Amino acid sequence: MVAYRYDYDVIAQWIGQGEKVLDLGCGDGGLLRHLIETRQVLGYGVENDPEKILACLKNGINVIQADMDRGLTGFGDGFFDHVIMSLSLQAMHSTQGILAEMLRVGREAVVSFPNFGYWQHRQSILNGRMPVSRSLPYQWFDTPNVRFFTIADFEALCAQSGIAIHKRLAFDEGKVIVDDPNFLASVAVYRLGRD
Amino acid sequence: MTEPQSACQSVGIVAPQTARFEEALPLRSGARLDGYELVFETYGTLNAARNNAVLVCHALSGSHHVAGRYAGEKEDSGWWNNLVGPGKPLDTDKFFVIGVNNLGGCHGSTGPRSINPATGQPWGADFPFVTVEDWVDAQARLADKLGIESFAAIIGGSLGGMQALSWALQYPERVRHAAVIASAPKLTAQNIAFNEVARQAILTDPDFHGGHFYEHAMVPERGLRLARMVGHITYLSDDAMGEKFGRSLRHGKAAYSYDAEFEIESYLRHQGDRFSRQFDANTYLLTTKALDYYDPAFTHNGDLTAALAVARAAFLVVAFTTDWRFSPDRSREIVYALAHNGRNVAYAEIDCAAGHDSFLLDDPQYHAVLSAWFDRIEV
Repeated sequence: MVAYRYDYDVIAQWIGQGEKVLDLGCGDGGLLRHLIETRQVLGYGVENDPEKILACLKNGINVIQADMDRGLTGFGDGFFDHVIMSLSLQAMHSTQGILAEMLRVGREAVVSFPNFGYWQHRQSILNGRMPVSRSLPYQWFDTPNVRFFTIADFEALCAQSGIAIHKRLAFDEGKVIVDDPNFLASVAVYRLGRD
Repeated sequence: MTEPQSACQSVGIVAPQTARFEEALPLRSGARLDGYELVFETYGTLNAARNNAVLVCHALSGSHHVAGRYAGEKEDSGWWNNLVGPGKPLDTDKFFVIGVNNLGGCHGSTGPRSINPATGQPWGADFPFVTVEDWVDAQARLADKLGIESFAAIIGGSLGGMQALSWALQYPERVRHAAVIASAPKLTAQNIAFNEVARQAILTDPDFHGGHFYEHAMVPERGLRLARMVGHITYLSDDAMGEKFGRSLRHGKAAYSYDAEFEIESYLRHQGDRFSRQFDANTYLLTTKALDYYDPAFTHNGDLTAALAVARAAFLVVAFTTDWRFSPDRSREIVYALAHNGRNVAYAEIDCAAGHDSFLLDDPQYHAVLSAWFDRIEV
Protein backbone atom coordinates (compact mmCIF):
# COMPACT_ATOMS: atom_id res chain seq x y z
CA MET A 1 0.00 0.00 0.00
CA VAL A 2 1.20 3.46 -0.79
CA ALA A 3 0.06 6.81 0.51
CA TYR A 4 -2.28 8.74 -1.75
CA ARG A 5 -2.26 12.49 -1.85
CA TYR A 6 -4.73 14.72 -3.61
CA ASP A 7 -2.05 16.58 -5.54
CA TYR A 8 -1.24 13.29 -7.33
CA ASP A 9 -4.28 13.63 -9.61
CA VAL A 10 -3.40 17.21 -10.46
CA ILE A 11 0.17 16.25 -11.29
CA ALA A 12 -0.93 13.17 -13.25
CA GLN A 13 -3.17 15.19 -15.57
CA TRP A 14 -0.15 17.26 -16.61
CA ILE A 15 1.94 14.20 -17.48
CA GLY A 16 1.65 12.65 -20.95
CA GLN A 17 1.65 8.97 -21.86
CA GLY A 18 5.06 7.32 -21.77
CA GLU A 19 6.94 10.41 -20.64
CA LYS A 20 10.27 10.36 -18.84
CA VAL A 21 9.64 11.63 -15.33
CA LEU A 22 11.87 12.37 -12.36
CA ASP A 23 10.33 12.72 -8.90
CA LEU A 24 12.53 14.55 -6.40
CA GLY A 25 11.87 13.46 -2.85
CA CYS A 26 9.82 10.54 -4.11
CA GLY A 27 9.07 9.13 -0.64
CA ASP A 28 7.77 5.57 -0.90
CA GLY A 29 7.34 5.96 -4.66
CA GLY A 30 3.56 6.40 -4.42
CA LEU A 31 3.33 9.18 -7.01
CA LEU A 32 5.64 7.38 -9.45
CA ARG A 33 3.67 4.16 -9.03
CA HIS A 34 0.48 6.18 -9.77
CA LEU A 35 2.09 7.70 -12.89
CA ILE A 36 3.43 4.33 -14.06
CA GLU A 37 -0.04 2.80 -13.73
CA THR A 38 -2.05 5.69 -15.21
CA ARG A 39 0.45 7.19 -17.67
CA GLN A 40 2.92 4.34 -18.35
CA VAL A 41 5.79 6.73 -17.65
CA LEU A 42 9.46 5.80 -17.42
CA GLY A 43 9.98 7.06 -13.90
CA TYR A 44 12.95 7.64 -11.63
CA GLY A 45 12.88 8.92 -8.09
CA VAL A 46 15.44 10.63 -5.89
CA GLU A 47 15.22 9.98 -2.16
CA ASN A 48 17.68 9.97 0.71
CA ASP A 49 15.82 8.38 3.59
CA PRO A 50 16.90 4.73 4.10
CA GLU A 51 13.38 3.62 5.13
CA LYS A 52 11.86 5.23 2.05
CA ILE A 53 14.53 3.66 -0.17
CA LEU A 54 13.35 0.27 1.10
CA ALA A 55 9.70 1.22 0.50
CA CYS A 56 10.57 2.23 -3.07
CA LEU A 57 12.38 -1.06 -3.71
CA LYS A 58 9.33 -2.94 -2.41
CA ASN A 59 7.19 -0.87 -4.81
CA GLY A 60 9.53 -1.66 -7.70
CA ILE A 61 10.49 1.98 -8.17
CA ASN A 62 13.69 3.14 -9.87
CA VAL A 63 14.89 4.98 -6.80
CA ILE A 64 18.26 6.70 -6.69
CA GLN A 65 19.57 7.40 -3.22
CA ALA A 66 20.97 10.90 -3.17
CA ASP A 67 20.73 14.26 -1.56
CA MET A 68 18.16 16.20 -3.59
CA ASP A 69 20.58 19.10 -4.00
CA ARG A 70 23.10 16.72 -5.58
CA GLY A 71 20.79 14.13 -7.09
CA LEU A 72 20.37 15.87 -10.42
CA THR A 73 23.99 16.58 -11.33
CA GLY A 74 24.41 13.20 -13.03
CA PHE A 75 21.52 13.76 -15.43
CA GLY A 76 22.01 15.30 -18.84
CA ASP A 77 20.31 18.49 -20.04
CA GLY A 78 16.68 18.04 -21.04
CA PHE A 79 16.65 14.28 -20.38
CA PHE A 80 13.25 14.33 -18.65
CA ASP A 81 9.89 15.55 -19.89
CA HIS A 82 8.86 16.45 -16.36
CA VAL A 83 10.75 16.88 -13.11
CA ILE A 84 8.44 16.82 -10.10
CA MET A 85 8.94 18.10 -6.59
CA SER A 86 5.84 17.46 -4.53
CA LEU A 87 5.61 19.37 -1.22
CA SER A 88 9.39 19.47 -0.73
CA LEU A 89 10.53 22.83 -2.13
CA GLN A 90 10.08 24.44 1.30
CA ALA A 91 12.61 21.94 2.71
CA MET A 92 15.36 22.87 0.23
CA HIS A 93 18.08 25.34 1.17
CA SER A 94 18.92 26.46 -2.33
CA THR A 95 15.49 27.25 -3.78
CA GLN A 96 16.85 28.98 -6.87
CA GLY A 97 19.53 26.33 -7.36
CA ILE A 98 17.09 23.42 -7.33
CA LEU A 99 14.58 25.19 -9.60
CA ALA A 100 17.36 25.91 -12.10
CA GLU A 101 18.53 22.29 -11.97
CA MET A 102 14.99 20.96 -12.43
CA LEU A 103 14.58 23.11 -15.52
CA ARG A 104 17.99 22.07 -16.80
CA VAL A 105 17.31 18.32 -16.76
CA GLY A 106 13.57 18.63 -17.50
CA ARG A 107 11.50 20.29 -20.19
CA GLU A 108 9.02 21.32 -17.51
CA ALA A 109 9.05 21.33 -13.73
CA VAL A 110 6.04 20.51 -11.56
CA VAL A 111 6.26 21.96 -8.09
CA SER A 112 3.84 21.97 -5.17
CA PHE A 113 4.34 23.65 -1.80
CA PRO A 114 2.37 24.75 1.28
CA ASN A 115 1.29 28.40 1.15
CA PHE A 116 2.56 30.21 4.20
CA GLY A 117 0.14 33.05 3.35
CA TYR A 118 -2.95 30.84 3.87
CA TRP A 119 -5.45 32.69 6.05
CA GLN A 120 -5.23 30.18 8.91
CA HIS A 121 -1.47 30.62 8.95
CA ARG A 122 -1.82 34.41 9.01
CA GLN A 123 -4.34 34.15 11.85
CA SER A 124 -1.95 32.00 13.80
CA ILE A 125 0.83 34.56 13.40
CA LEU A 126 -1.55 37.36 14.43
CA ASN A 127 -2.28 35.34 17.55
CA GLY A 128 1.43 35.27 18.15
CA ARG A 129 2.17 31.63 17.34
CA MET A 130 3.82 29.91 14.39
CA PRO A 131 1.23 28.10 12.27
CA VAL A 132 0.61 24.38 12.62
CA SER A 133 -1.89 23.01 10.10
CA ARG A 134 -2.55 20.08 7.80
CA SER A 135 -0.24 21.59 5.16
CA LEU A 136 2.34 22.72 7.74
CA PRO A 137 2.03 19.91 10.26
CA TYR A 138 5.23 20.53 12.23
CA GLN A 139 6.13 22.49 15.32
CA TRP A 140 8.63 25.29 14.73
CA PHE A 141 11.35 23.38 16.57
CA ASP A 142 11.07 20.08 14.70
CA THR A 143 10.11 21.12 11.19
CA PRO A 144 12.13 19.88 8.20
CA ASN A 145 11.04 23.05 6.39
CA VAL A 146 13.70 25.71 6.03
CA ARG A 147 12.02 28.19 3.66
CA PHE A 148 8.70 29.82 4.51
CA PHE A 149 7.08 31.58 1.56
CA THR A 150 3.73 32.48 0.08
CA ILE A 151 2.24 32.02 -3.36
CA ALA A 152 2.96 35.70 -4.02
CA ASP A 153 6.59 35.27 -2.91
CA PHE A 154 7.06 32.27 -5.19
CA GLU A 155 5.63 34.02 -8.24
CA ALA A 156 7.86 37.02 -7.60
CA LEU A 157 10.88 34.69 -7.51
CA CYS A 158 9.82 33.07 -10.80
CA ALA A 159 9.52 36.48 -12.49
CA GLN A 160 12.92 37.47 -11.16
CA SER A 161 14.59 34.16 -12.16
CA GLY A 162 13.26 33.91 -15.71
CA ILE A 163 10.97 31.00 -14.88
CA ALA A 164 7.72 30.86 -16.87
CA ILE A 165 4.57 29.84 -14.99
CA HIS A 166 2.64 27.68 -17.47
CA LYS A 167 -0.14 26.79 -15.09
CA ARG A 168 -1.10 27.19 -11.46
CA LEU A 169 -3.69 25.39 -9.41
CA ALA A 170 -4.41 26.27 -5.80
CA PHE A 171 -6.24 24.22 -3.19
CA ASP A 172 -7.73 24.41 0.24
CA GLU A 173 -7.48 20.80 1.42
CA GLY A 174 -8.39 19.38 -1.97
CA LYS A 175 -10.95 22.08 -2.91
CA VAL A 176 -9.90 24.22 -5.88
CA ILE A 177 -9.43 27.89 -5.02
CA VAL A 178 -9.77 30.41 -7.85
CA ASP A 179 -10.13 33.77 -6.10
CA ASP A 180 -7.37 35.21 -3.94
CA PRO A 181 -5.35 31.98 -3.60
CA ASN A 182 -2.58 33.71 -1.65
CA PHE A 183 -5.12 34.15 1.16
CA LEU A 184 -7.47 31.21 0.67
CA ALA A 185 -5.28 28.33 -0.59
CA SER A 186 -3.22 26.06 1.66
CA VAL A 187 -1.31 24.40 -1.18
CA ALA A 188 -0.34 25.49 -4.70
CA VAL A 189 0.78 23.32 -7.63
CA TYR A 190 2.68 24.81 -10.59
CA ARG A 191 3.80 23.84 -14.06
CA LEU A 192 6.99 25.73 -14.76
CA GLY A 193 9.15 26.19 -17.82
CA ARG A 194 12.08 28.24 -19.02
CA ASP A 195 11.24 31.73 -20.20
CA MET B 1 2.12 -29.50 9.71
CA THR B 2 5.46 -28.16 8.67
CA GLU B 3 8.29 -27.95 11.13
CA PRO B 4 8.87 -24.53 12.62
CA GLN B 5 11.83 -22.93 10.90
CA SER B 6 14.13 -20.25 12.13
CA ALA B 7 14.08 -17.19 9.88
CA CYS B 8 17.56 -17.72 8.52
CA GLN B 9 19.43 -20.95 8.14
CA SER B 10 22.63 -22.25 6.67
CA VAL B 11 22.76 -24.14 3.39
CA GLY B 12 24.63 -26.72 5.48
CA ILE B 13 27.28 -29.07 4.15
CA VAL B 14 28.21 -28.47 0.53
CA ALA B 15 30.63 -30.03 -1.94
CA PRO B 16 32.30 -28.48 -4.97
CA GLN B 17 31.79 -29.89 -8.45
CA THR B 18 34.03 -29.70 -11.49
CA ALA B 19 32.99 -29.09 -15.09
CA ARG B 20 35.41 -29.93 -17.90
CA PHE B 21 35.31 -27.98 -21.19
CA GLU B 22 37.03 -29.30 -24.29
CA GLU B 23 36.05 -26.55 -26.73
CA ALA B 24 38.80 -23.92 -26.97
CA LEU B 25 38.05 -20.57 -25.30
CA PRO B 26 39.30 -17.54 -27.24
CA LEU B 27 40.59 -14.85 -24.87
CA ARG B 28 40.58 -11.06 -25.24
CA SER B 29 44.39 -11.05 -25.21
CA GLY B 30 44.39 -13.01 -28.47
CA ALA B 31 45.51 -16.19 -26.73
CA ARG B 32 43.21 -19.14 -26.24
CA LEU B 33 42.72 -21.95 -23.76
CA ASP B 34 42.30 -25.28 -25.54
CA GLY B 35 40.60 -27.00 -22.64
CA TYR B 36 39.87 -26.04 -19.06
CA GLU B 37 38.02 -26.91 -15.90
CA LEU B 38 35.76 -24.77 -13.74
CA VAL B 39 35.03 -25.68 -10.15
CA PHE B 40 31.68 -24.55 -8.81
CA GLU B 41 29.11 -25.01 -6.05
CA THR B 42 25.32 -24.79 -6.12
CA TYR B 43 22.77 -24.11 -3.39
CA GLY B 44 19.03 -24.62 -3.64
CA THR B 45 17.23 -26.32 -6.51
CA LEU B 46 16.86 -25.40 -10.16
CA ASN B 47 13.10 -25.22 -10.74
CA ALA B 48 11.24 -26.91 -13.58
CA ALA B 49 11.05 -23.69 -15.59
CA ARG B 50 14.84 -23.32 -15.11
CA ASN B 51 14.32 -19.61 -14.44
CA ASN B 52 15.43 -19.28 -10.81
CA ALA B 53 19.21 -19.41 -11.21
CA VAL B 54 21.36 -16.71 -9.62
CA LEU B 55 25.06 -16.49 -10.39
CA VAL B 56 27.35 -15.10 -7.69
CA CYS B 57 30.60 -13.67 -9.10
CA HIS B 58 33.57 -13.46 -6.79
CA ALA B 59 36.08 -10.69 -6.23
CA LEU B 60 39.87 -10.73 -6.01
CA SER B 61 40.33 -13.22 -3.19
CA GLY B 62 36.97 -15.00 -3.34
CA SER B 63 36.09 -18.39 -4.74
CA HIS B 64 33.23 -20.69 -5.71
CA HIS B 65 32.66 -21.42 -2.01
CA VAL B 66 29.97 -18.82 -1.42
CA ALA B 67 27.93 -20.41 1.37
CA GLY B 68 27.82 -23.30 3.81
CA ARG B 69 30.64 -25.49 5.02
CA TYR B 70 32.53 -28.55 3.90
CA ALA B 71 32.21 -31.91 5.63
CA GLY B 72 34.42 -31.89 8.70
CA GLU B 73 34.18 -28.12 9.22
CA LYS B 74 32.47 -26.92 12.37
CA GLU B 75 31.44 -23.52 11.06
CA ASP B 76 30.13 -22.12 7.80
CA SER B 77 33.08 -20.99 5.71
CA GLY B 78 31.45 -19.59 2.54
CA TRP B 79 32.59 -16.03 1.90
CA TRP B 80 29.05 -14.70 1.41
CA ASN B 81 27.40 -17.03 3.90
CA ASN B 82 25.57 -14.14 5.59
CA LEU B 83 23.80 -13.38 2.31
CA VAL B 84 23.04 -16.81 0.83
CA GLY B 85 20.83 -19.41 2.48
CA PRO B 86 17.26 -20.33 3.38
CA GLY B 87 15.44 -17.16 4.50
CA LYS B 88 18.46 -14.98 3.79
CA PRO B 89 18.39 -12.04 1.33
CA LEU B 90 19.49 -14.36 -1.47
CA ASP B 91 17.03 -17.05 -0.45
CA THR B 92 17.99 -20.57 -1.50
CA ASP B 93 14.39 -21.72 -0.90
CA LYS B 94 13.50 -19.58 -3.92
CA PHE B 95 16.67 -19.36 -5.98
CA PHE B 96 19.19 -21.82 -7.38
CA VAL B 97 22.47 -20.13 -6.50
CA ILE B 98 25.75 -20.85 -8.28
CA GLY B 99 29.24 -19.88 -7.22
CA VAL B 100 32.10 -20.47 -9.64
CA ASN B 101 35.86 -20.09 -9.31
CA ASN B 102 37.13 -17.97 -12.18
CA LEU B 103 39.65 -19.06 -14.79
CA GLY B 104 43.16 -18.28 -13.65
CA GLY B 105 42.06 -18.80 -10.06
CA CYS B 106 43.75 -20.90 -7.42
CA HIS B 107 40.80 -22.70 -5.85
CA GLY B 108 40.40 -25.53 -8.34
CA SER B 109 39.55 -23.97 -11.70
CA THR B 110 42.22 -24.07 -14.38
CA GLY B 111 44.88 -21.53 -13.48
CA PRO B 112 48.59 -20.91 -13.14
CA ARG B 113 49.00 -23.85 -10.76
CA SER B 114 47.44 -26.24 -13.30
CA ILE B 115 49.55 -28.30 -15.68
CA ASN B 116 50.15 -26.72 -19.08
CA PRO B 117 49.46 -29.61 -21.49
CA ALA B 118 52.09 -28.23 -23.88
CA THR B 119 54.94 -28.57 -21.36
CA GLY B 120 53.73 -30.99 -18.73
CA GLN B 121 54.74 -28.36 -16.15
CA PRO B 122 52.58 -25.89 -14.18
CA TRP B 123 51.57 -22.91 -16.29
CA GLY B 124 53.02 -20.40 -13.85
CA ALA B 125 53.64 -17.06 -15.48
CA ASP B 126 52.78 -18.53 -18.91
CA PHE B 127 49.11 -18.79 -18.04
CA PRO B 128 47.37 -16.44 -20.47
CA PHE B 129 45.98 -13.10 -19.30
CA VAL B 130 42.26 -13.39 -18.58
CA THR B 131 39.84 -10.47 -18.51
CA VAL B 132 36.46 -9.88 -16.91
CA GLU B 133 34.92 -10.55 -20.33
CA ASP B 134 36.78 -13.88 -20.61
CA TRP B 135 35.49 -14.94 -17.20
CA VAL B 136 31.96 -14.10 -18.26
CA ASP B 137 32.37 -16.16 -21.46
CA ALA B 138 33.58 -19.12 -19.39
CA GLN B 139 30.71 -18.71 -16.90
CA ALA B 140 28.26 -18.63 -19.83
CA ARG B 141 29.54 -22.01 -20.98
CA LEU B 142 29.03 -23.37 -17.48
CA ALA B 143 25.46 -22.02 -17.62
CA ASP B 144 24.99 -23.82 -20.96
CA LYS B 145 26.19 -27.03 -19.38
CA LEU B 146 23.79 -26.61 -16.44
CA GLY B 147 20.89 -25.97 -18.83
CA ILE B 148 20.40 -22.35 -17.73
CA GLU B 149 19.31 -20.19 -20.63
CA SER B 150 18.83 -17.02 -18.62
CA PHE B 151 19.64 -16.02 -15.07
CA ALA B 152 17.04 -14.57 -12.72
CA ALA B 153 19.92 -12.47 -11.41
CA ILE B 154 23.67 -12.12 -11.45
CA ILE B 155 25.27 -10.49 -8.44
CA GLY B 156 28.78 -9.57 -7.44
CA GLY B 157 30.75 -7.18 -5.26
CA SER B 158 33.85 -5.24 -6.28
CA LEU B 159 35.48 -7.19 -9.15
CA GLY B 160 32.43 -9.47 -8.96
CA GLY B 161 30.24 -6.45 -9.66
CA MET B 162 32.24 -5.80 -12.82
CA GLN B 163 31.39 -9.35 -13.94
CA ALA B 164 27.68 -8.82 -13.23
CA LEU B 165 27.79 -5.61 -15.30
CA SER B 166 29.75 -7.29 -18.06
CA TRP B 167 27.25 -10.15 -18.21
CA ALA B 168 24.48 -7.64 -18.90
CA LEU B 169 26.55 -6.22 -21.78
CA GLN B 170 27.91 -9.47 -23.26
CA TYR B 171 24.78 -11.60 -22.88
CA PRO B 172 21.94 -9.08 -22.44
CA GLU B 173 19.25 -11.63 -23.22
CA ARG B 174 20.56 -14.03 -20.56
CA VAL B 175 20.44 -11.69 -17.54
CA ARG B 176 17.09 -10.51 -16.17
CA HIS B 177 18.51 -8.70 -13.13
CA ALA B 178 22.00 -7.56 -12.20
CA ALA B 179 23.26 -6.43 -8.80
CA VAL B 180 26.49 -4.43 -8.93
CA ILE B 181 27.81 -3.85 -5.42
CA ALA B 182 30.77 -1.74 -4.24
CA SER B 183 32.03 -1.73 -7.79
CA ALA B 184 32.97 0.62 -10.64
CA PRO B 185 32.69 0.86 -14.42
CA LYS B 186 36.49 1.14 -14.46
CA LEU B 187 39.29 1.68 -11.99
CA THR B 188 40.70 5.13 -11.34
CA ALA B 189 44.42 5.84 -11.71
CA GLN B 190 44.71 5.76 -7.91
CA ASN B 191 43.09 2.34 -7.79
CA ILE B 192 45.41 0.98 -10.50
CA ALA B 193 48.30 2.47 -8.55
CA PHE B 194 47.48 0.38 -5.50
CA ASN B 195 47.31 -2.74 -7.69
CA GLU B 196 50.68 -1.88 -9.18
CA VAL B 197 52.31 -1.61 -5.75
CA ALA B 198 50.87 -5.03 -4.89
CA ARG B 199 52.15 -6.51 -8.16
CA GLN B 200 55.61 -5.02 -7.73
CA ALA B 201 55.81 -6.55 -4.25
CA ILE B 202 55.27 -9.98 -5.84
CA LEU B 203 57.29 -9.45 -9.03
CA THR B 204 60.38 -8.26 -7.13
CA ASP B 205 60.29 -11.03 -4.54
CA PRO B 206 63.38 -13.19 -5.30
CA ASP B 207 61.29 -16.29 -4.59
CA PHE B 208 58.95 -15.39 -7.47
CA HIS B 209 61.38 -16.70 -10.09
CA GLY B 210 59.61 -14.93 -12.92
CA GLY B 211 56.39 -16.72 -12.03
CA HIS B 212 57.91 -20.23 -12.21
CA PHE B 213 58.39 -20.63 -8.48
CA TYR B 214 56.53 -23.97 -8.40
CA GLU B 215 59.41 -25.82 -10.02
CA HIS B 216 61.76 -24.27 -7.44
CA ALA B 217 59.43 -25.52 -4.71
CA MET B 218 59.14 -21.95 -3.44
CA VAL B 219 56.38 -19.46 -2.79
CA PRO B 220 56.93 -15.69 -3.00
CA GLU B 221 55.42 -15.28 0.44
CA ARG B 222 56.99 -11.91 1.17
CA GLY B 223 55.56 -10.41 -1.99
CA LEU B 224 52.09 -11.84 -1.47
CA ARG B 225 52.18 -10.71 2.13
CA LEU B 226 53.01 -7.12 1.21
CA ALA B 227 50.44 -7.15 -1.57
CA ARG B 228 47.76 -8.24 0.85
CA MET B 229 48.81 -5.70 3.48
CA VAL B 230 48.47 -2.85 0.99
CA GLY B 231 45.12 -4.25 -0.09
CA HIS B 232 43.78 -4.43 3.45
CA ILE B 233 44.70 -0.81 4.14
CA THR B 234 42.58 0.24 1.17
CA TYR B 235 39.64 -2.04 2.01
CA LEU B 236 39.10 -0.36 5.38
CA SER B 237 38.15 3.24 6.06
CA ASP B 238 40.30 5.53 8.18
CA ASP B 239 37.51 5.66 10.78
CA ALA B 240 36.99 1.89 10.85
CA MET B 241 40.72 1.32 11.27
CA GLY B 242 40.87 3.95 13.98
CA GLU B 243 37.95 2.42 15.83
CA LYS B 244 39.20 -1.15 15.52
CA PHE B 245 42.88 -0.59 16.28
CA GLY B 246 43.48 3.04 17.17
CA ARG B 247 47.05 3.51 18.38
CA SER B 248 46.89 0.57 20.74
CA LEU B 249 50.25 -0.93 21.59
CA ARG B 250 50.42 -4.66 22.20
CA HIS B 251 52.71 -4.23 25.20
CA GLY B 252 51.12 -1.04 26.44
CA LYS B 253 54.21 1.05 25.77
CA ALA B 254 56.82 1.66 23.10
CA ALA B 255 59.42 -1.12 22.85
CA TYR B 256 61.61 0.73 20.35
CA SER B 257 61.73 -2.19 17.95
CA TYR B 258 60.50 -3.17 14.50
CA ASP B 259 58.42 -6.02 15.82
CA ALA B 260 54.67 -5.67 15.53
CA GLU B 261 53.93 -3.17 18.30
CA PHE B 262 50.84 -1.32 17.21
CA GLU B 263 47.74 -3.49 16.90
CA ILE B 264 47.31 -2.39 13.29
CA GLU B 265 50.79 -3.75 12.48
CA SER B 266 49.89 -7.04 14.07
CA TYR B 267 46.61 -7.19 12.17
CA LEU B 268 48.21 -6.48 8.79
CA ARG B 269 50.98 -9.00 9.37
CA HIS B 270 48.48 -11.65 10.39
CA GLN B 271 46.31 -11.00 7.32
CA GLY B 272 49.38 -11.00 5.08
CA ASP B 273 50.76 -14.22 6.53
CA ARG B 274 47.46 -16.06 6.25
CA PHE B 275 46.93 -14.93 2.67
CA SER B 276 50.47 -15.72 1.51
CA ARG B 277 50.08 -19.31 2.64
CA GLN B 278 46.87 -19.98 0.73
CA PHE B 279 46.77 -17.72 -2.33
CA ASP B 280 48.66 -18.06 -5.57
CA ALA B 281 50.97 -15.22 -6.59
CA ASN B 282 50.31 -15.64 -10.33
CA THR B 283 46.55 -15.61 -9.71
CA TYR B 284 46.97 -12.39 -7.75
CA LEU B 285 48.89 -10.79 -10.60
CA LEU B 286 46.40 -11.93 -13.26
CA THR B 287 43.38 -10.89 -11.26
CA THR B 288 44.62 -7.40 -10.48
CA LYS B 289 45.37 -6.92 -14.19
CA ALA B 290 41.81 -8.03 -15.03
CA LEU B 291 40.60 -5.34 -12.63
CA ASP B 292 42.82 -2.71 -14.22
CA TYR B 293 41.85 -3.56 -17.80
CA TYR B 294 38.10 -3.58 -17.25
CA ASP B 295 36.57 -0.56 -18.99
CA PRO B 296 33.50 -1.26 -21.13
CA ALA B 297 33.43 2.39 -22.25
CA PHE B 298 36.95 2.17 -23.73
CA THR B 299 35.66 0.97 -27.10
CA HIS B 300 32.97 3.69 -27.04
CA ASN B 301 35.36 6.65 -26.77
CA GLY B 302 34.90 6.68 -23.01
CA ASP B 303 31.12 7.12 -23.30
CA LEU B 304 29.69 4.83 -20.62
CA THR B 305 26.10 5.59 -21.62
CA ALA B 306 26.83 4.34 -25.13
CA ALA B 307 28.60 1.27 -23.72
CA LEU B 308 25.63 0.34 -21.54
CA ALA B 309 23.02 0.84 -24.28
CA VAL B 310 22.90 -2.91 -25.00
CA ALA B 311 22.00 -3.87 -21.41
CA ARG B 312 18.45 -5.13 -20.85
CA ALA B 313 18.61 -6.26 -17.23
CA ALA B 314 17.01 -4.40 -14.33
CA PHE B 315 19.86 -3.23 -12.11
CA LEU B 316 20.48 -2.72 -8.46
CA VAL B 317 23.60 -0.69 -7.72
CA VAL B 318 24.85 -0.45 -4.14
CA ALA B 319 27.74 1.59 -2.77
CA PHE B 320 29.03 2.29 0.74
CA THR B 321 29.66 5.81 2.00
CA THR B 322 33.08 5.03 3.49
CA ASP B 323 34.37 2.94 0.56
CA TRP B 324 37.17 4.99 -0.95
CA ARG B 325 38.66 2.19 -3.06
CA PHE B 326 35.36 1.81 -5.00
CA SER B 327 33.70 5.07 -4.08
CA PRO B 328 29.99 5.88 -4.44
CA ASP B 329 30.90 8.34 -7.22
CA ARG B 330 31.99 5.41 -9.41
CA SER B 331 28.77 3.51 -8.71
CA ARG B 332 26.72 6.60 -9.59
CA GLU B 333 28.37 6.67 -13.03
CA ILE B 334 26.82 3.27 -13.69
CA VAL B 335 23.44 4.41 -12.34
CA TYR B 336 23.22 7.52 -14.52
CA ALA B 337 24.51 5.71 -17.61
CA LEU B 338 21.74 3.11 -17.17
CA ALA B 339 19.09 5.75 -16.52
CA HIS B 340 20.13 7.66 -19.64
CA ASN B 341 19.45 4.47 -21.57
CA GLY B 342 16.00 4.24 -19.97
CA ARG B 343 16.93 1.09 -18.06
CA ASN B 344 15.40 0.11 -14.76
CA VAL B 345 17.91 0.84 -12.03
CA ALA B 346 17.79 1.41 -8.29
CA TYR B 347 20.70 2.81 -6.32
CA ALA B 348 21.28 2.53 -2.58
CA GLU B 349 24.14 4.21 -0.76
CA ILE B 350 24.67 2.44 2.53
CA ASP B 351 25.99 4.39 5.50
CA CYS B 352 28.41 1.77 6.78
CA ALA B 353 31.73 2.55 8.45
CA ALA B 354 33.69 -0.47 7.23
CA GLY B 355 34.90 0.87 3.88
CA HIS B 356 35.18 -1.44 0.87
CA ASP B 357 34.88 -4.48 3.16
CA SER B 358 31.28 -3.44 3.90
CA PHE B 359 30.00 -5.45 0.97
CA LEU B 360 30.94 -8.66 2.80
CA LEU B 361 29.28 -7.63 6.09
CA ASP B 362 25.65 -7.90 7.12
CA ASP B 363 24.78 -4.25 7.72
CA PRO B 364 20.98 -4.22 8.37
CA GLN B 365 20.10 -1.59 5.73
CA TYR B 366 22.35 -3.28 3.15
CA HIS B 367 20.73 -6.65 3.65
CA ALA B 368 17.24 -5.12 3.80
CA VAL B 369 17.92 -3.48 0.41
CA LEU B 370 19.05 -6.79 -1.08
CA SER B 371 16.07 -8.65 0.42
CA ALA B 372 13.59 -6.11 -0.95
CA TRP B 373 15.18 -6.30 -4.39
CA PHE B 374 15.44 -10.11 -4.57
CA ASP B 375 11.88 -10.49 -3.20
CA ARG B 376 10.45 -8.75 -6.26
CA ILE B 377 12.22 -11.02 -8.73
CA GLU B 378 9.61 -13.35 -10.18
CA VAL B 379 10.57 -16.97 -10.78
